[in-house]
Formats: sequence, C-alpha cells, structure tokens
Amino acid sequence: MLKASEIKVGDTHSEELVEDLKRTQIVQYAGASGDYNPLHTDEIFTTKLAGYPTVFAHGMLTMGMTGRMVTNYVGDGTLKKYGVRFTSQVWPGDTLTSVATITDIREEDGENLVDLEIVTTNQDGLAVITGSATAKISS
Amino acid sequence: MAIDKFLIEASHIMMFARSIGDDNPIYYDEEYKSESGCEGIIAPPTFAQSSAQFDPDYFLRPKTGGQGWFGSGKEPTGLKPSSSGGGGGGGAGGGLHAEQHFEYHLTLKAGDILSATTKPGNTWEKESKRAGKLKFSESVTEYRNQDGDLVITATGVGVQTERPVDS
Repeated sequence: MLKASEIKVGDTHSEELVEDLKRTQIVQYAGASGDYNPLHTDEIFTTKLAGYPTVFAHGMLTMGMTGRMVTNYVGDGTLKKYGVRFTSQVWPGDTLTSVATITDIREEDGENLVDLEIVTTNQDGLAVITGSATAKISS
Repeated sequence: MAIDKFLIEASHIMMFARSIGDDNPIYYDEEYKSESGCEGIIAPPTFAQSSAQFDPDYFLRPKTGGQGWFGSGKEPTGLKPSSSGGGGGGGAGGGLHAEQHFEYHLTLKAGDILSATTKPGNTWEKESKRAGKLKFSESVTEYRNQDGDLVITATGVGVQTERPVDS
C-alpha cells in the first residue's frame, strides 16, 4: 500500500506488460474470461469475413494486463475505481508498456486516496488504453 | 443479462491471472499475505468480466454441439448464408468494446458467490474517420455477494461501427 507521506503528484510507475504478444495468450484469455468472440482467436473468420488483417486481443486482456501494473504499484485489494477507454487495437506481436501517473492525493470520507492517470502504449508509441484509477493509501 | 450464481473459485482466479500474465501469489496461494494486508485468495481487478462463464445465454460462447456458432469451420463462418452476421462481433464491422469502468465496494475473494443484474445505460452516436458512424451503448452491471452486499459496479460501453476499424 502506498503511503501519503512517501508519494507526490507527478510520481510515475511504469511496467512492460507484454513483449511480442502471442496468439496463444489471447486464446488463454478467451478461455479464462469466457469471451470466445472469433475476432480474437479465429484467423479465418477475422480475415476472410470480418475484414481485419489478423486476430486482435480482447480489450479486456489489455485492461487486465494494465491492471497488473496498477495493483503492483498501489497494492492488493486497495483499488476503489479503475476505468479505461480502448483507444486502439492490440495485435499479436505487439509489445505494450503501461504508465501510471499520480494526479491527486486526497482524503474522502475519512479515507486517504490516490488518483492515477493510466496510459498503455504499443511499440510505436500509440496509446491502446487510456484511463484512471483510485486507490486507498495509508497516511 | 442476469446471472444467478457467479461462483468465485480459486482455480478460475488462477487461470484468469495466468491469462493476463500476473503471477502475484495473492491470486493462487491461500497462505500468502500481501504487504497491503490482503490475505486468502482475491480476484484481480478485471475478474468480474469472466462472469460471462456463468451467463447461461452468453452469445460469445459456442452452444453445446456448436450449432449456430458464427466462427469458422469448413467455411469462414459457421452461419448459414441466409443468416445475418450482425450483432456483437458477429460480422464485418460488428460490436467492439469502447470503455470499461469498475467501482470496487468490497474486495472480491475466492469462496464468494455473486449474483449480477445488468441495466442499459446511455446511448449516443459519433462520426469517425476510421470506422464511419459509431453507435455507443452503455450497460451497468451490479455484482452482489451471498450477503446481498454490493461488491462491484461494472459499466461497459460497446460500440457498433459502420466498417472494420483499421488502425
């Protein structure tokens, strides 16, 4: 858990989420989440019928991997809010990096909280997820 | 969508954590106590999304026997030519996930039994150079535990695009 006395607005935490994303990891996510949309795992459907260059990751896989960076930073079981926009697709072969930046440290209803801005980018620097999170911190 | 019983199981949490590349022991080791004081097995922040496994009518899971599934078999789609390919990802330029927001009221733990109810939220439209006309629609799902307490509120935003998004 982060401590209010040890952090300041503008502090960042960054992690590489995945290097060279494999189609098999997308299959793993489909199985665990139960989302078997063929756009994520079925190359023939996705290229020949849906008209995409190849299969692409579930947005929720990227949000899940990004959430790992967030919980590694703020600690387990401390999140109050976590939300994202999916701004670009994630393809097999992508390498993703995610950064959390502290935007506010505040108190609400007697709880100490930190607000984070979150961006996950691919190897070309293109944002694939932008979002925010709020977590409990100690004083 | 309504889900009567979403069993929060340790093995499902382990599989889910592996799929997002998270080897944090809090997701598989019940003896582990994390620095933030968490112990026992808890669920990762986006785990509630896997409630789809417990939705008997979830449309993105092939039905037993595979009938009506729109993914490829002998042909690029398993649907008969007369069927429309529309709906969430069911055809060219189908539904995509635009936004997802979670609000955590309680820590979700292995052993919990959740129920979920979903209500439609706002809808809106936007023009996009990349994919033509975009139709957004919001849905809000409340997950409650075995004691009836609200655990997670999840708000999803879906978008139907006029043509495939080529980024």
